[in-house]
Amino acid sequence: MSRLTVGILGLQGDIEEHLSATDLALSRLGAEGEPLLVKGIDDAKRVNALIIPGGESTVMGSLSSIKGILPTLRERITNGLPTLGTCAGMITLAKRAYDRVVGETSQTLIGTMDITVERNSFGRQGESFEADLGLDVPGASKFHGVFIRAPSVKTIGQGVKELARLGDAVVAVQQGNMIGTAFHPELSGSTILHEYLIRLAKTDAVQA
Amino acid sequence: MISLAGEPEVIAVQKERERLRITGSTLVKRGFAHMLKHGVVMDITNVEQAQIAEDAGAVAVMVLDKLPYDIRQQGGVARTASLKVIEEILNHVTIPVMAKCRIGHTYEAKVLQEAGVDMVDESEVLTPADEERFIWKWDFTTPFVNGCKDLGEALRRITEGASMIRTKGEPGTGNVAEAVKHVRVLNNEVRRLRGIHESGDKQELLRISREFKVSLELAEETARLGRLPVVNFAAGGIATPADAALMMTLGCDGVFVGSGIFKAEDSKERARSVVVAVTYYDDPKVVAEAQKMVDERKSMMGTGTKELPLRMQERGVNV
Repeated sequence: MSRLTVGILGLQGDIEEHLSATDLALSRLGAEGEPLLVKGIDDAKRVNALIIPGGESTVMGSLSSIKGILPTLRERITNGLPTLGTCAGMITLAKRAYDRVVGETSQTLIGTMDITVERNSFGRQGESFEADLGLDVPGASKFHGVFIRAPSVKTIGQGVKELARLGDAVVAVQQGNMIGTAFHPELSGSTILHEYLIRLAKTDAVQA
Repeated sequence: MISLAGEPEVIAVQKERERLRITGSTLVKRGFAHMLKHGVVMDITNVEQAQIAEDAGAVAVMVLDKLPYDIRQQGGVARTASLKVIEEILNHVTIPVMAKCRIGHTYEAKVLQEAGVDMVDESEVLTPADEERFIWKWDFTTPFVNGCKDLGEALRRITEGASMIRTKGEPGTGNVAEAVKHVRVLNNEVRRLRGIHESGDKQELLRISREFKVSLELAEETARLGRLPVVNFAAGGIATPADAALMMTLGCDGVFVGSGIFKAEDSKERARSVVVAVTYYDDPKVVAEAQKMVDERKSMMGTGTKELPLRMQERGVNV
C-alpha cells in the first residue's frame, strides 16, 4: 500500500499538536505515512486525509481566502476525503454556525457537513472544562474530552450520526467521511480519533 | 498532548476529586493559549477597534484603557480598563477577550475574572501595584499571560501559574529591537539547557535551576521539551507585517500587537496585513503582499529604546 499523507490545515490554531498526534497515531497503527502542513492549494490536492485543527473559526475562514484554498478543500471533502474537524474545525465543516451570545455572524465556512453548530455553546473560557464521555468509535469506549470555549451541535441532518453526547449536548458527529468533535483529542493524549481518521483513509487507499 | 510542568500537587489532587466536569484545570487553561497559536492578539480600547480587529482576523483582543503609546505620552497611573467597556466588548465580538491588570494586583484580576474575560495579562504596561510580588495565578479559573525578558523570568511566572508567556519588548515605541533581543535570549537559554540535559549533567542543571530560582523539575521539563512548557508569543514594538513575520521566524507561537495598529494611520489595512504575515511568515511572497497593504509613511513614528524615561520592561520585581 502507498504511503498516506495526512494533511493538517496550517492557517491558525493548535497545528503542531495535531502534527504530533498524527505522527503518534501513524506509528501506533504501524501505518506508513506522514503528516503534512496544508497552507496552499497544491498541498490540499496531495493529501489522503485532512485535519482542521482547533483555534478560532472566524480567523481560519478569513485566512482561507489568501491563497484561495477553500474551493479545493470543499471539492475534495465532497468527493470523500476523510476529514477530522476539532472544535473550530468542526465549526468550519458545518453548514451553519451562530454564536450563543452574538448570534448570526457572516463567517466563512466549508459547509459540507449537514449540521448546525452553536459557537461558545458552554460559555466563555471560565466555563471551559475537561470531562470523560462515551465515544461511539471502533476501539473507544471512554474518551477524555477537553472543551475550550467549545461549540455544540444543535441540529443534525439525515446521514449524520452522533458519536458522543455530554448531557443533552451533542459533542461529536460523523457524516460519512467527515468527523467533527467539539473537544480537542489533540490535547488529551489519546490518538483514537486520529487513528480512526487514518483507518478511513487506508480503506480509501485500498479501494482505489 | 501538552505539558503540565510546574503544576502544584494540590491541584492534581483536586482534579481527582472532581471527576465529572473540571473547570479551570491546568490543561484547560494552557489549552486555551494553544488555540491562539499562529494568531495575532490586538490591543484595543473600544468596541469599534474590537470590531476592526475581529474583521481583520485577530485571534483575540486585549482591552486597555489607553494604548501603551498614550500611556507613555500621558504618564500618570495606568490601571485596568473600565469594566463597562470590557463588558460591551465581551457582548460584541465572538473571539476571545483579554484584559490587562496591574502586576501584583490580585483584586483587579479577580474583578476581570468576574467580568468573564477569557485571559488576564498581568502586565508591566500598567503601573505595578505590588513592588515585591506577582499574583499567585493558580487560584484563578481564568488563565494568565505574563511577560519575560529571559528564561528564568518565564519559568518563575510559570511557577506562579502563568498559562502563557509573552517575551517582552518595549511597549508603545514601534521599535521591535527589544522584542527581538528577548526572544533571542530565551532561545539561547533553552538551547543551552537542552544541551546540558542531553549531556546528562544533572548537577549543572540543578545549578542553573538555582540560578533561575525555579525547581529542578521545571528546568528539566523545559530542557526535555526544548522549548517553554507553555505557549509563547512575541510582544512589544511590533509595527509592520515584516516585524510580525520576523518574530515568527524566531520561533514565537504568535504575536501581540499593541500601539502598532491603532496608532498607525492605516489601522484596518495594517491589522489585516499583520494577520496575513503571521500565518504565511514562511512564504516571503505573501509577506511582501502583506507589506504592500501598508504605507510606511502611515506607520506610528516610533522611538529609540535606550534613552526612554520609562522602561516598562523593567517594571515588576525581579523575583
